[in-house]
Amino acid sequence: MNKFPFRPHRFLRELIATIGVTGLGIATMLLFLMPLGYMLATAFKLDSQLSAQNAPLWPARAVTYNYQGTDYPLYDVPTEQGVKRLVLIHPYREDSDVLDPTNPEAGIFNIKGRWRTWNPVYQFSPTLENFIKAWNEVNFTLLFRNTLTIAILSTIGDLVSCILVAYGFARFRIPGKNILFLILMATIMLPPQATIIPMYIFFNKLGWTGTWLPLIVPAFFANAYDVFLLRQYLMTIPREMDEAAMIDGASPLRILVSVIVPQAIPAITAVTLFHFFYRWNQYFEPLVYLAGKDELFPISVGIARFVQTYTIYPGRAAATAALTLVLPALMFFFAQRQFMQGVVITGVEK
Amino acid sequence: MFTRVISIPHQLQQVRTSALRRREAIWGFLFLTPWIIGFFGFQLLPILMTIFLSFTDYTGTKEFAPGNFNFVGLDNYARLFSDLYAVPAMGVTLKFALIGIPLGLVVPLYFAVLVNSRYLIASNFFRTLFFMPTVIPIVAGTIIFGGVLNAQSGWINLSLKAIGIEDPPRWFSDPFWAVPALNLLGVWSSGNAMLILLAALQGVPTELYEAATVDGANAITKFFNITVPMISPVIFYNVTLGVIGAFQYFVPAMLIGGLNGDPQRSLLFFPLHFYREAFSFSEMGYASVLALLIFVVTMIATGFLFFFVQRLVYYAGAD
Repeated sequence: MNKFPFRPHRFLRELIATIGVTGLGIATMLLFLMPLGYMLATAFKLDSQLSAQNAPLWPARAVTYNYQGTDYPLYDVPTEQGVKRLVLIHPYREDSDVLDPTNPEAGIFNIKGRWRTWNPVYQFSPTLENFIKAWNEVNFTLLFRNTLTIAILSTIGDLVSCILVAYGFARFRIPGKNILFLILMATIMLPPQATIIPMYIFFNKLGWTGTWLPLIVPAFFANAYDVFLLRQYLMTIPREMDEAAMIDGASPLRILVSVIVPQAIPAITAVTLFHFFYRWNQYFEPLVYLAGKDELFPISVGIARFVQTYTIYPGRAAATAALTLVLPALMFFFAQRQFMQGVVITGVEK
Repeated sequence: MFTRVISIPHQLQQVRTSALRRREAIWGFLFLTPWIIGFFGFQLLPILMTIFLSFTDYTGTKEFAPGNFNFVGLDNYARLFSDLYAVPAMGVTLKFALIGIPLGLVVPLYFAVLVNSRYLIASNFFRTLFFMPTVIPIVAGTIIFGGVLNAQSGWINLSLKAIGIEDPPRWFSDPFWAVPALNLLGVWSSGNAMLILLAALQGVPTELYEAATVDGANAITKFFNITVPMISPVIFYNVTLGVIGAFQYFVPAMLIGGLNGDPQRSLLFFPLHFYREAFSFSEMGYASVLALLIFVVTMIATGFLFFFVQRLVYYAGAD
């Protein structure tokens, strides 16, 4: 008995749907990634190419032809015999002196037509000059080191505190727990602006402004987003194993470390990455607490001035942006399977 | 072991459970301690202090100590009405929110439905790439958008010209288009919303679709009558986060338009106005009023969502 009969109509419909949806996906993707394409193209080309007439969008340079010791540009010139590739020796307004590179012995001859309407010949030629300039202009090693130190220390604090708090909310019967959880979730509404002035005054009194402490220490006291995410995940872990461990006399802390945490790795990965990206991104707090301390700046504050100069030096600005996003992008690509799993599972329950 | 528990007299057992309960509660509180300290130290006390400061003329140039500031009653609140920038700045923030919230609802939903479709080849690849811009630091993203939305050389405008739009928007150089340009940047990094929606889509029971197919429903009917109601809690969650985020938003605006919110103050978002008053002009007393206003507006908007919009949400578990 044939359980899956081949039905041509059905097959054709599926095929058309697949082509249609995948085509739509590719079109959306191209539009969506256009900014990244722009960034890479701009980072790898000289700024002079941006203002050049008829220059291609990809990194390229004009092809030249050496004639009697001088480099002259090559153009694709429309003639009666079709488009010909000619060397422009002397440009005039309505006509020009050109040379046929396939037959240089014939010498320079004059041709009618405005050279400005001709297309210059380009060849693909990426340059690293913008990256070198950006690297010399910005102290990337210092900025990377600063950002990594802040990010790693605060991520440790965030993980330890949020796992503890999420465990408390997920597994223990505490009087008033629902109200506490509601308060926790309500703190998401609290804008950072509403607390930053007193925090600034407070950290200033402690002598912590101009150091990384205001950026690192608060991470050790948990935050609503990450607690919520971890709690959602912990609630999906069956209780049998921690109950078994409890009967064996393990303390709650012991159960957390040896039973719960190993099972919550996808959620912990997701929270780690979220927090790390958040720190890599953070701008407002470092700007306030580290004002004037350039040598302590994280990368976001360190490269901010390039936003203003992108119109003047687009290549260097694009190269700076590319250098800044390489590390988070790589981290994401390597951890993406775990990451997606963690978010997708925790996201199921609203 | 069980027999021993059962053999304990009833009263004794109750004493034991209540002792266990207490132990459990103590452990639980112990685990919550980091958050409870953080909540009091970094949230509740500071917000009370902001309220306190809003009644003083404290400026950041002096050390915070008695004698360095005076109580001025409601002067700071009255100043709100003579502040030339406060109302336009709130207008900029509202404009951003009104464009950004619907965009932040529709675009991630479109991406999630697309990458959840069984007709999409290599959907994992698409998921990864649609999420990717979310991990790009906001400063780098702002640099990139400044370039790609450049009025002359940006690829967006070159594309618009290529498809026949003679006079494309001048984006960050045009006071009208500067805010929508930032909305585009916001949509670009809405990967989190997409992932959460994707998870919700995968949680919709397939039986519902099968039953609808038997009844002869087409894809569009199924989307609006099954998918949208089933994932509406997550849509609501995303919208709520979007509203809260919109009222705090200002960093890319400051990076593009500077402290003045150029061009022509079109990027002077309300939180940017706050930042200027607090940290550029050190007017911390008055800035506290602005900060509280951000908080109050956020609460009103969120409250509105919970009291009026949440009715539209379908909770499968509830009846």
